[in-house]
Amino acid sequence: MTEKTPLLEVRNLWVKLPDEEEAIIRGLNLTINAGEVHALMGPNGSGKSTLAKVLSGHPGYEVTDGEVLFRGEDILELEPDDRARMGLFLAFQYPMEVPGVTIANFLRLAYQRRFDTEVKYTEFYKILLQHLKKLEMDPSFAGRPVNEGFSGGEKKRFEIVQLSLLEPLLAVLDETDSGLDIDALKIVSNGVNAMRSPERSFLVITHYQRILNYITPDYVHVMVEGRIVRSGGPELALQLEEKGYDWVRGELAGATAP
Amino acid sequence: MAQPDILNLDQDYKQKYGFYDEIKPVFQTERGLTRRVVEEISYQKNEPKWMRDFRLEAYEIFMSKPMPSWGPDLSRLDFDEIVYYIKPTERQGRSWDEVPEDIKRTFDRLGIPEWERKFLAGVGAQYDSEVVYHNLAKQWEEQGVIFVDTDTAVREYPDLVKEYFGTVIPPNDNKFAALNSAVWSGGSFVYVPAGVKVDIPLQAYFRINARNAGQFERTLIIAEEGSFVHYVEGCTAPVYAEEALHSAVVEIIVKRGARVRYTTIQNWSKDVYNLVTKRAVAYGDSVMEWVDGNIGSRVTQKYPSVYLMEPGARGEILSVAFAGDGQHQDTGGKLIFAAPNTTGRITSKSISKGTGRASYRGLVQVLEGAHHAKCNVECDALLLDEDAKTDTYPYIEINEKEVTIGHEARVSKVSDEQIFYLQSRGLKKDEALTLIVSGFIEPLAKQLPMEYAVELNRLIELEMEGSVG
Repeated sequence: MTEKTPLLEVRNLWVKLPDEEEAIIRGLNLTINAGEVHALMGPNGSGKSTLAKVLSGHPGYEVTDGEVLFRGEDILELEPDDRARMGLFLAFQYPMEVPGVTIANFLRLAYQRRFDTEVKYTEFYKILLQHLKKLEMDPSFAGRPVNEGFSGGEKKRFEIVQLSLLEPLLAVLDETDSGLDIDALKIVSNGVNAMRSPERSFLVITHYQRILNYITPDYVHVMVEGRIVRSGGPELALQLEEKGYDWVRGELAGATAP
Repeated sequence: MAQPDILNLDQDYKQKYGFYDEIKPVFQTERGLTRRVVEEISYQKNEPKWMRDFRLEAYEIFMSKPMPSWGPDLSRLDFDEIVYYIKPTERQGRSWDEVPEDIKRTFDRLGIPEWERKFLAGVGAQYDSEVVYHNLAKQWEEQGVIFVDTDTAVREYPDLVKEYFGTVIPPNDNKFAALNSAVWSGGSFVYVPAGVKVDIPLQAYFRINARNAGQFERTLIIAEEGSFVHYVEGCTAPVYAEEALHSAVVEIIVKRGARVRYTTIQNWSKDVYNLVTKRAVAYGDSVMEWVDGNIGSRVTQKYPSVYLMEPGARGEILSVAFAGDGQHQDTGGKLIFAAPNTTGRITSKSISKGTGRASYRGLVQVLEGAHHAKCNVECDALLLDEDAKTDTYPYIEINEKEVTIGHEARVSKVSDEQIFYLQSRGLKKDEALTLIVSGFIEPLAKQLPMEYAVELNRLIELEMEGSVG
């Protein structure tokens, strides 16, 4: 076995909402090495999206225990923008609208921050157009307000445009496939596959196996009630598709029964 | 600088605008307001009798009117502490070389001569009570355009001034209009002959330098039939911890088929009480547009108005207010529909931050006979903090049946999710907020010439600085 560099290490992570008792994530462990693609599957309410947000530093959650190391550094105290500049990226399940702010103005700032550089507007415009083209988005999107008036599919594609532009080391895709028709799914998957490299890792969060036909994962994890209950290769996703989440739930119940 | 540069977050008001000059004025009146002070101002200006009488009458009206109690808190404004007239220099320059060195340096720092060279048709620069520089490009002068300070106009164009001065806003209109009428000094006089279109802006810049100063400029714009002019004003003042008062009166006459656009970027320091009366009368098929940006001051009360006097007249009022810590921006607009088939629109966008309060106050009045008047009012308020406040006072009086009046008001808060989204792309929290705010005012910023849109954006960035605790 060749030596692997861990990019993300989540150890015994416990997360809850500030004004609630019950934890949403309950002792989760996950290691993603450089260059790997991991799929995280699970039924609704299992805590997948919460994990995605906590990794990116969403202020609405409270981490009560555990640690998250990214590139060897504990990032739990860092602001979302610090994490982004380190190369962490979250493709949102529900991308936010920012009225009046053009994609070009927004992403030029993001680009300058990510790469700690200054880029002239005209220069950046050319760069942006290349990435829009990759995701088959019209150049006119550059001048449109961020996500405002976009269809569901356009919003998801635009998330991958940002992924492509910002070249993160770890990209977390939070249900990017939901609400996409098959053509859009292919475009998005091609965009992601084109980004795969020995340095870059992906955590693909999904409810369905479908996207994994296009983005082949190295590992599949199943999350139920706030922790990973099963891990395996791509075949696990197919088993899930076939047997449904009740299958893992049943196994889980069996395992914890006295 | 073709694009608003959101990244310039490193300057602050004090350094950029809040400096002051150690200048000994050539003359100033004693503190406080008396009949003698009014007489002294008139004497200093060597005015005709009619103007002196106008001032003295206005003074009596000012003394007899109570302080308005319906608006923001003005209790810290002490009329006895204000110096009503401060003359910084003996004469006015037509070239910047003729302006005293210290004062010229100030305007250089504010970038005025540079802007003039780049894209303005003419510039007036007022320093405390007097206009120290005034110039109009030859091209416009040759076409009969007049652009001088109002004191000069009283001397050189007495008939024109006498015909219109105080006709749109008489001294008894309100207490501060009376005050201005009594002690006015400086301001611009603009006359655009019929059919002449001044297609690049005229700009006036108002600078308060002295402590406890009162600045009372008086502006009169006459646009003859079928003409066009865009007048822009900007203003700043040093940061003192004492109150200053700025109380202007602006009167505009828009004749048939003419169009006047009046843009303000108000950036007074936070010691200034800014209590201004602005009004235009618009005749047949003319267009009057107010673009009113209020960023600075402690308290601003300003409701630019348009009286639509003849069929086809149109009034547009765009108002942007930014109320930061301790500021109260009480702004809006008034449209008076006095003739059939007149149209108008008021669009107000306000941002409240920290303990700031932004109030929209507006009047839409349709007089009897003004059938088929159409009016739309839209107010958008954005709250950035828990303590920030906004309120709306929309007054609507309709005395005619066949009219179309729309009113919409929205209040929104910057959501944590929006900020998180932008932060997750590497933007710092204050950059994210600034971006959201600039997006909020974008519909108005795009109405401005590029240079002013950039300026407005930059001023708002300045206000947003350090907004993340």
